[in-house]
Amino acid sequence: MKAAEPTVEREQRSLLTLGEVTKSFGGLTAVDKVSFAVEAGSVVGLIGPNGAGKTTVFNLITGHYQPNHGDIRFAGQRLNGLPTHRIIMLGIARTFQNIRLFQQLSALENALAGCHYRMRGGILAGMFGFLPYQRRAEQEAVERSVGELEFVGLNQKVATVAKNLSYGDQRRLEIARALTTQPRLLILDEPAGGMNEQETEALIGLIEQIRARGITILLIEHDMRLVMRACEKLVVLEHGGKIAEGSPEQVRNDPRVIEAYLGTEDEV
Amino acid sequence: MKPRVDVLGAGLFAAAMAVAPLFLNAYQVDVLNSIGLYALLALGLNLILGEAGLFNMGHAAFYAMGAYTAAILNTRYQIPVLWTLPLSGAVAGAFALAVARPVVHLRGDYLLIVTIGVGEIVRIALVNDVFGITGGANGIFGIGRPRLFGLVIRRPEQFFYLIWGFVALTIFLFLRLKRSRFGRALNFLREDEVAAEGSGIDTAYYKLVVFGLGAAWAGMAGTLFAAKMTIISPESFSFWESVVLFMIVILGGAGSIPGVLLAAFLVVGLPELFREFAGARMLVFGLVMMVMMVVRPQGLWPARGRQKWLAVSGKALGP
Repeated sequence: MKAAEPTVEREQRSLLTLGEVTKSFGGLTAVDKVSFAVEAGSVVGLIGPNGAGKTTVFNLITGHYQPNHGDIRFAGQRLNGLPTHRIIMLGIARTFQNIRLFQQLSALENALAGCHYRMRGGILAGMFGFLPYQRRAEQEAVERSVGELEFVGLNQKVATVAKNLSYGDQRRLEIARALTTQPRLLILDEPAGGMNEQETEALIGLIEQIRARGITILLIEHDMRLVMRACEKLVVLEHGGKIAEGSPEQVRNDPRVIEAYLGTEDEV
Repeated sequence: MKPRVDVLGAGLFAAAMAVAPLFLNAYQVDVLNSIGLYALLALGLNLILGEAGLFNMGHAAFYAMGAYTAAILNTRYQIPVLWTLPLSGAVAGAFALAVARPVVHLRGDYLLIVTIGVGEIVRIALVNDVFGITGGANGIFGIGRPRLFGLVIRRPEQFFYLIWGFVALTIFLFLRLKRSRFGRALNFLREDEVAAEGSGIDTAYYKLVVFGLGAAWAGMAGTLFAAKMTIISPESFSFWESVVLFMIVILGGAGSIPGVLLAAFLVVGLPELFREFAGARMLVFGLVMMVMMVVRPQGLWPARGRQKWLAVSGKALGP
């Protein structure tokens, strides 16, 4: 077992590790023996052409899918087989590529969803509870939610129903909802999707601020300016397999990456 | 000041209901009693269908479980019928948990079909006298009159206060529940299950528990029904009852307690008003329903957000 030692060493430094993770749907191998690590406190980008399996990797991490082979570990704990809400409770939060908000509910209520698992009280507490600790918990949850809404810049939209928010605001609200779960790792699936240049610029600033709070970030993004500026490490996928990993500078000059994105000379 | 209008309206309605039996004849009071029972059932179904968005068209099965539990315990073991209330609720709730456990993960339309099946199975089981205790197609008769603080309840206006008192209690409890952490979780579930799970909410747990709670309420309504009728038979718990309850919730405005009450009045009360149309009254009724759904698909009295409650509890909202 020669390989064992460096793996252990790497795990100690990194918050999230994927070890030879494979996922196939019927005959199609969507993710093929992908391994990478996300160091605590870093911003890592997962890039690749459309259909490379990036979102599938996210869905494997958050338990929406179960891997066929391989290990996913977060802070030393194996995530395989855990239901999504348990994984969220361990400290991973995510946003979705095609925005998934609670459309009919206000921004504040959306943000409150993230506070849910840290609160207590079920049916009986809801029906009969007059206890001060419940009011305090409720108050704290509202304050935390409003705080996160302010953090992402939605101060004026606290009571606005989610479906009435602009596209950029909806993306920001998703980030606020993820932050109220108080995650250690935040996973963003195309956070700049559908955003204009100004909004993307603001998003880069927001990512920087989130990182400054000590939250590790893993993101999928097609906007190369954002990726090059916000991330310190990139992992490149193509056809479900990892083809490169390294700093933005290294990846940009990697011939295999250039080929994946632009095609070979022959094909052109 | 909109909240005050709400409180004033609710107060006026409560006051009007409290004195209504003084001005109405026995038949009219009896219609109000039916409306009250349907309101109770629909309020329970509203948690499942309106708040959590789970399609349940077999609610009559849980109603039947409660009514038969009360009837069997009363006629065989002479347990006072009102004492069986918590037990009827528990039996219906436990039955709902058992049948919902394997199917609750199904998507809307599939769950609808499964619940229709459950409703039919229960009805057919009752007709076939399962375990020899349900009395078959004839049902169970001779259920004792309920007693409350030494008073035997037998006249329609006495039942009126029993039933509508329970409705009032239900509204109070369910309003509180709606504003609580539990109520919010149900709404997250209805709006987007994947996002709810992805925000750390155990969606499978909440689906199951809300099914149990709504069914428990139907079970308790069943006890009141058994006590009021003194005779119960399977035909009272047909598929049509489930359809009517489903209609009340959707017509009133899913997730809206005043909407459900209003719809209970219309759906149960209107056919009584249309009696002069004789055979055509269900036709008129059906047409009214169709027009309403086309003109007002969001329901007669749609649910409002809970911003106001949150604004009260959240100092951080500021001016």
